[in-house]
Amino acid sequence: MSLSASQLWLIPALPLLAAAIGALTPRGGKKLAAGAALVALAGAFLLSCGALVGALADPSRHLVHNFAWFDLGAGTVRLGFLLDPLTALMCTMVTFVGLLIFIFSTGYMHEDANFTRFFCFLSLFAAAMLGLLVANSLLLLFICWELVGVASYLLIGFWFHKPEAAAAAKKAFITTRIGDLGLLLGMLWLYDATGSLLFFDGGKGVLESAALASLAGQVTAGGLAVSTAIGLLILCGAVGKSGQFPLHVWLPDAMEGPTPVSALIHAATMVAAGVFLIARVYPLMAADQALAAVPVHALSVVAFIGAITALLGAVIAVAQNDLKRILAFSTVSQLGYMMLALGVGSWVAAIFHLLTHAFFKALLFLGAGSVIHAAHHEQDIRQLGGLRGPMKVTFITFAIGTMALAGVPFLFSGFWSKEAILHAAHGWSVSHLPFYIALVAVVLTAFYMTRLVMQAFFGRPRSHAAEHAHENSAVMTGPLVLLALCAILLGFLGTPYWPWLQRTLDPTFKADAGGAGLMVLSIVLVAFGLGIGWAIYGRNARTSATAPDPLEVRAPGVWAALGDRLGFDAFYAATVFKLNAGAAALADALDRYVWGGAIRLLTRLGEFAGVVHRETDEDVLNGGFDAASRGLRSGGDSYSKAQTGDAHGYLRAVGLGFVVIVLVVMLGGGR
Amino acid sequence: MNAPLLSLIVLVPIAGAALLGLLRQAQPGTVRSLSLGLSLSTLAFGLFALRHFDPAVTGPQFVERHVWIGALNVHYYLGLDGMSLLLVLLTGIVSPLALIASWRIAENARLFAALFLGLQGAALGVFLALDFVHWFLFWELSLVPAFFLIKLWGGPGAGRAAYQFFVYTMGGSAFLLVGFAALFVATGTLDFLQLAQLARDGTLAAKLGPVGSPAATFVFLGVLLGLAVKVPLWPFHTWLPSAYAEAPAPVSMFLTGVMSKMGVYGFLRLLWPIFPAQLHAVATPLLWLALGGVVFGAYAALRQTDLKRMIAYSSLNHLSYCLLALFAVASAAGPKPAAEAAASALSGALLQVFNHGLSAAALFYAVGLLEARSGGKRGIGDFGGVRTAAPIFAGLTGIALFSSLGLPGLNGFVGEFLIFRGVFGLAPWAAAVACFGLLATAIFLLTFWQRVFHGPKAGATLAGFPDVRGLEYAVLVPLVALMIILGLLPQLLAGLVNPLVSAWAGQLVLP
Repeated sequence: MSLSASQLWLIPALPLLAAAIGALTPRGGKKLAAGAALVALAGAFLLSCGALVGALADPSRHLVHNFAWFDLGAGTVRLGFLLDPLTALMCTMVTFVGLLIFIFSTGYMHEDANFTRFFCFLSLFAAAMLGLLVANSLLLLFICWELVGVASYLLIGFWFHKPEAAAAAKKAFITTRIGDLGLLLGMLWLYDATGSLLFFDGGKGVLESAALASLAGQVTAGGLAVSTAIGLLILCGAVGKSGQFPLHVWLPDAMEGPTPVSALIHAATMVAAGVFLIARVYPLMAADQALAAVPVHALSVVAFIGAITALLGAVIAVAQNDLKRILAFSTVSQLGYMMLALGVGSWVAAIFHLLTHAFFKALLFLGAGSVIHAAHHEQDIRQLGGLRGPMKVTFITFAIGTMALAGVPFLFSGFWSKEAILHAAHGWSVSHLPFYIALVAVVLTAFYMTRLVMQAFFGRPRSHAAEHAHENSAVMTGPLVLLALCAILLGFLGTPYWPWLQRTLDPTFKADAGGAGLMVLSIVLVAFGLGIGWAIYGRNARTSATAPDPLEVRAPGVWAALGDRLGFDAFYAATVFKLNAGAAALADALDRYVWGGAIRLLTRLGEFAGVVHRETDEDVLNGGFDAASRGLRSGGDSYSKAQTGDAHGYLRAVGLGFVVIVLVVMLGGGR
Repeated sequence: MNAPLLSLIVLVPIAGAALLGLLRQAQPGTVRSLSLGLSLSTLAFGLFALRHFDPAVTGPQFVERHVWIGALNVHYYLGLDGMSLLLVLLTGIVSPLALIASWRIAENARLFAALFLGLQGAALGVFLALDFVHWFLFWELSLVPAFFLIKLWGGPGAGRAAYQFFVYTMGGSAFLLVGFAALFVATGTLDFLQLAQLARDGTLAAKLGPVGSPAATFVFLGVLLGLAVKVPLWPFHTWLPSAYAEAPAPVSMFLTGVMSKMGVYGFLRLLWPIFPAQLHAVATPLLWLALGGVVFGAYAALRQTDLKRMIAYSSLNHLSYCLLALFAVASAAGPKPAAEAAASALSGALLQVFNHGLSAAALFYAVGLLEARSGGKRGIGDFGGVRTAAPIFAGLTGIALFSSLGLPGLNGFVGEFLIFRGVFGLAPWAAAVACFGLLATAIFLLTFWQRVFHGPKAGATLAGFPDVRGLEYAVLVPLVALMIILGLLPQLLAGLVNPLVSAWAGQLVLP
């Protein structure tokens, strides 16, 4: 069975239907809501496999189905669906990982009062994410992109009665929206410059050569090519969504959401949407590569942002004590690797790492969820310990995930995908700096993961919760086992010896031999990281929950700074928040004092003019008449003096203005 | 067309108001069903008009034109084009819902309903009349019931707010009247379409004086000021927050849902077609003012602690997008018109008018419910955890809120996207600056949501907060359903106005 582009809409439509069912199901209908979500996602998985079959028939083609959304001017605004290996592989991954996480959630969220709502939001997320993947239009992608953001908002804030969760949800939405405004402007610019937002449209799409040549050929402010400027604006959106420096601050806070949400959305899929976006519009990002006389290439910015983020995330992860936050910063760091790969020109390596990361990071988060569920929501690694005995399945699968993430050689998928990225970074002609940064991050990754595993699973239990932890039911361990298998097997789809994945994504991909030296280097670095981790945290296991960290003892200042996430949040609070509050205060003050004051002044003037007007009226024009009727008027005068309302005087001013304008019109314009 | 459809649309509510005035002995139930039926007549006639409406015709349809005051060349002149139809439908949707929302008001329900129907009829008259005198009659008439509705049923500061509202708008209208008086002196006609034609063929400039001449400038500024106060254009907006905040919730729904659209309508029907050259000349400063409304409106909302004032400022922000679109188009009119960008901006403005009507009405209603359930509290710090207590209410309000912040998939996005797309094509820097308005809007709406609905139960919520019930569904569900439907199928609206907007964009070329 293979799916064509015109049937692709079914993939997001199924979970959307499940979301609607979930929204209308009363709280008691747990089975119905979860069942609908599972069946719909399973259906979407099968359809995605069909799409994969369809796409693999000829990987070099972009099959599209475009349609009119609404009329605009002489034309229409069109949207479309796109079927190519990138879309199909991503859909298959999202539906498969999603399905496992949905299954896990039925166990994890079992006792939650809002169980049905949870599956409604999860399905909404899946629908939006899949819509984003199948879009053949930047506009449709943007629509789904924002919907994904809302689903993420709803799920981070799922326990909305907790103030931290409510605040984290808002922070995530606002921070990503800052990036999204850049994306919006980039999209508007692209639309204005090309008259289309369709990616592929029989030669007229924005990712096809005619549009790209025109975009790269125009120069805008600062000597940038228009394609560079648009690319950088689009990058803003990706930076926000994928938690890249400097907009990474929301992602660790997003861990306030239930752990399956962290696994699905804030590790495996949604946060990778930024990477997917750049990969999708890669021809546009790379359109300026041939130009020599430009100040900066879009992809170079991508590479440096990626490298900085890879290091930043890894450094901060070292000093975190919350199980999920360590993993969250690790996600930030790994997404940085993917961006780095995109920037140095190897978008296939980025997608390879995206896919392997999705599996092993989902595995790690679900493993963390398993621990948290068993340890009565204790997620501080200092309080855990000794879990490897009572939670064997969780421990073994978590260890596999750890080795995949750390890049332990040969058997684990993360090794191969990270290797591909390092290889690409090494060959980048612009600068070697990102490559060296990435190597440092390799050591750190192996180190902080060892620290995590040693403290959580080895040693003795250091709290009541950890002592009484026991393995979860099969509905939770089953997905762990399947994900662990994938965390191993997936790597073999993209080894340098058989780069099937790379060739599928990009038929022009050339496997490049050599790089054995590099591979040895990275193996040494991983071993180094694991070794130090073991030396510090494994040899002398932590004995009490309150003892300071060995590194803290050695460098308390650095440790505190890292624990404080290098002060980004405080910095933003002192700058961006202040500016924002200042703008609000200014807007309010303008209203109160300037415009309000002007109105008050106008009223006074009006009153004054009204008095003058009345005096003129009474003394000059009506003097004689007044004399006769003074007696009559005196009552009226006293009444009018009692009218002290500002508006009264204002009306007089209006009357005066009326007279003046009529005079002007009659003398000047009324010829 | 044999039946005078447009007269029926305008006059049924007004006649209904009179009828209610006569029914002194009517029971509250009778008053309610009668007034609701009369109010719904707009929607029924509007849908009938929709059935027989031909979007491809860009001139007025269902025209009724009779000599009214022969000596002054004044006509009873009603006509409907895509823009009018959109507004008639909006009025037909928002008014009955606002009326239902008013049913919790116990005191003097008959007078309330009569005034409300009068207001509805006046607004419809504004959207359909094509002769200045005819139009101005309704324009002014709408102020009277609005004044009493705010003053008599409003909050503690209602007297002052109503006064300010009345005088401010009246003051603006005076300039409008003078402007048109001068136009009449110069041209001998008050027919909007004829005046627009005279403007296009240069006759108007010949008679009134060229752009920049004192007479033409005074007339233009008079009309501009009258309309600017009504929309309002920043900084002529200072009457708005207190009027919207002090009015009872159903009246706020109508004020923001329908009445605020009268100003935008005036800009598109009067100012731009009759004074294209003058508008072009001052469009760039006006664009700055519209941007001021977009950005400062949103930031001022961020600062409000009174939820109604917050939504009121949000209305200023949303309507400023419409003006931003128009001024961008007007500023760019020249030898090389960017017709597609112009069509996009103008389409967006019309969709925004409709969509904002829905979302703002829903939000004012939601704040009204908060007020009603808490004994009159509406401070952002007076609640907490409402979502725990009333999940359905939270869900429906949440959809309205996301519609208001322009979430794709809901109705608000389409209008804003088209406006941004158009403005970007005509004045890219303005689109970039306006992004701050989008950001601030997201911040204050989510802050509202967070403080009132999230967190543990607190403040007024502790005493018990019942979920949506009975008739409250009848108000919220249709609005929310329309938000979703129009978000997914914008063609339903775009199809009505696109030919009209394309024709406008096609006429942009100026000497």
